Amino acid sequence: MIAIDERGYYGEFGGAFIPEMLYPNIEELRNSYLRIMQEPGFEREFRALLRDYVGRPTPLYLAERLSEQYQASIYLKREDLNHTGAHKINNTVGQILLARRLGKKRIIAETGAGQHGVATATVCALMGMPCIVYMGAVDIRRQAPNVARMRMLGAEVRPATSGSQTLKDATNEAIRDWINNPEDTHYIIGSVVGPHPYPDMVARFQSVISEEIKAQLREQAGRENPDLIIACVGGGSNAAGAFYHYLNEEAVRLIAVEAAGLGVDSGESAATSVLGSKGIIHGSRTLLMQTPDGQIVEPYSISAGLDYPGIGPLHAHLIASGRAEAIPITDDEALAAGYLLSRREGIIPALETAHAFAALEKIQFRRDDVIVINLSGRGDKDLETYINHFERFKSQNT
Amino acid sequence: MNRVQQLFARRQRDILNIYFTAGFPGLHDTERIILALARAGADLVEVGMPYSDPLADGPTIQQSGQRALKNGMTLPLLFEQIRAVRLKSDIPLVLMGYFNQVMQYGEQRFIDHCVESGIDGLILPDLPLYEYEQAFREMISRAGLSISFLITPQTPETRIRKVDELSRGFIYMVADASVTGARSGISDKQLAYFGRINRMALKNPRLIGFGISSRETFEQACRYANGAIIGSAFIRALAEADDVERAALNFVRGIRGEVAAG
Repeated sequence: MIAIDERGYYGEFGGAFIPEMLYPNIEELRNSYLRIMQEPGFEREFRALLRDYVGRPTPLYLAERLSEQYQASIYLKREDLNHTGAHKINNTVGQILLARRLGKKRIIAETGAGQHGVATATVCALMGMPCIVYMGAVDIRRQAPNVARMRMLGAEVRPATSGSQTLKDATNEAIRDWINNPEDTHYIIGSVVGPHPYPDMVARFQSVISEEIKAQLREQAGRENPDLIIACVGGGSNAAGAFYHYLNEEAVRLIAVEAAGLGVDSGESAATSVLGSKGIIHGSRTLLMQTPDGQIVEPYSISAGLDYPGIGPLHAHLIASGRAEAIPITDDEALAAGYLLSRREGIIPALETAHAFAALEKIQFRRDDVIVINLSGRGDKDLETYINHFERFKSQNT
Repeated sequence: MNRVQQLFARRQRDILNIYFTAGFPGLHDTERIILALARAGADLVEVGMPYSDPLADGPTIQQSGQRALKNGMTLPLLFEQIRAVRLKSDIPLVLMGYFNQVMQYGEQRFIDHCVESGIDGLILPDLPLYEYEQAFREMISRAGLSISFLITPQTPETRIRKVDELSRGFIYMVADASVTGARSGISDKQLAYFGRINRMALKNPRLIGFGISSRETFEQACRYANGAIIGSAFIRALAEADDVERAALNFVRGIRGEVAAG
């Protein structure tokens, strides 16, 4: 049975390793998140916004040409069709409603590629709340269009200039902001990471993905359970959402696809389940990439959204217990899969998502297996990267 | 009794605890800085174990940690430096760092090396009380080390009592809701908080930290607690210094209100 305990542990992973200054905020959330989420009024408002504003339910689409190529029934969960172009908004809608019920007046967030930052800026505009997004100075330079989107939506984008100036440092800065502003501020974390109750709360908001998959698959294929679910994992929020209602369905194989960057052993990788060890990152006991001295290592991936040195504690538990299989995919394999999906199905996926598709080349499955791939985001933000590699992949066999 | 406990048994007032990051500004400055602080009249030295992701620290201490790591600072080297200090000084020494560093070093091995090198106590701001009680408490008390937990203006009374029960040596009283180095000066609201804690008659002595940067704020803090901790202001003084020993001497004399040496 996969479940979280009252201290926020999945097996040996999770907990809340936070400085005392954050204790009142975390304690307030821990005591109230389940109660608030289960209020009928909250549930109604959340569902209505997901339907009317985000555009849910997202389609479950049987990708026939891809299915033909891989000799299986491949369904795509179209999270790329959500407002703002990815699954991230499911969580930000939920958390901003929660923040309002807690009486918070100011929202902060961290972002890597900018997708979670845009999704947070969007709901802050919707609710008329001030929004500050921390983003690594390096990421600000490489994700200029999303920085512009956040600013247009009224958010203030603050550069994180400490450490490696990427996602982990943006997260550190957001946590420090919260320490300095403990009373009026809510921190919208973008993935299933951080101190308890964040991993569980974000997984619950994202669980709408697997709730819909179950109903749609029953209708379209006459069965609720696929044989496999494939999702990419950085921190792991889209995978948590896609796996959630299948965690205890042992017959469903869960495939977590990690970014191997230039190769697992290249020194330029973000394949945490292979390269990581047990430790603490951002308040959670989980798997992370670190030196023998416990200094957190800077990861690398072509995809900014997977460029994170840790993994959510739920995923650490799923992988360590053998419930989920982790598959590393390199930059080049992801690019090739992104081109393949574009040519075969007319869908340009986010680079993060392209990693999930590349796993089709590596997994053993039976002919006519039913496979669901969580198409977590669209590739508009990654066009420049795709175009830079166009010459190498344009002649790819379609 | 370890040296921290002996210090408070001897004296309960005007305790000056100076923080600095091991391996900063130079990799081998640790020993010289500690000895200079001891000579100048600091009562206690808090040695920071530089960390890649110090969540509770502001920019000044973060940058000193990054510099120390770049210099090549590691825990084995730090324990060597502490051993060298112990040949020359009996000043109470506490290590400040993050729990992941202890986990990776091995909890029991870390504690053994603390004891063997001459460390007296620990401050691990991201080690929660609950986790401490589960496994770590037993090891710490067997080793006779001190451990200081933090309280803030937002900490509820029942939790302060718990912190008092679990702390050994002294309680680290965070002056204001902030990361280190973010504030300076003491407000009326803080004074009310200091007074409230005083009236609780806790068993552990209390040192006020965060926002203490000058002789004036140190003296103010000493009116409301057993002493204070100064970190970021000292790191800034070290960062600008040509001679770290003289910088340490002058800094402590400045705080103590003695005439600074030229």
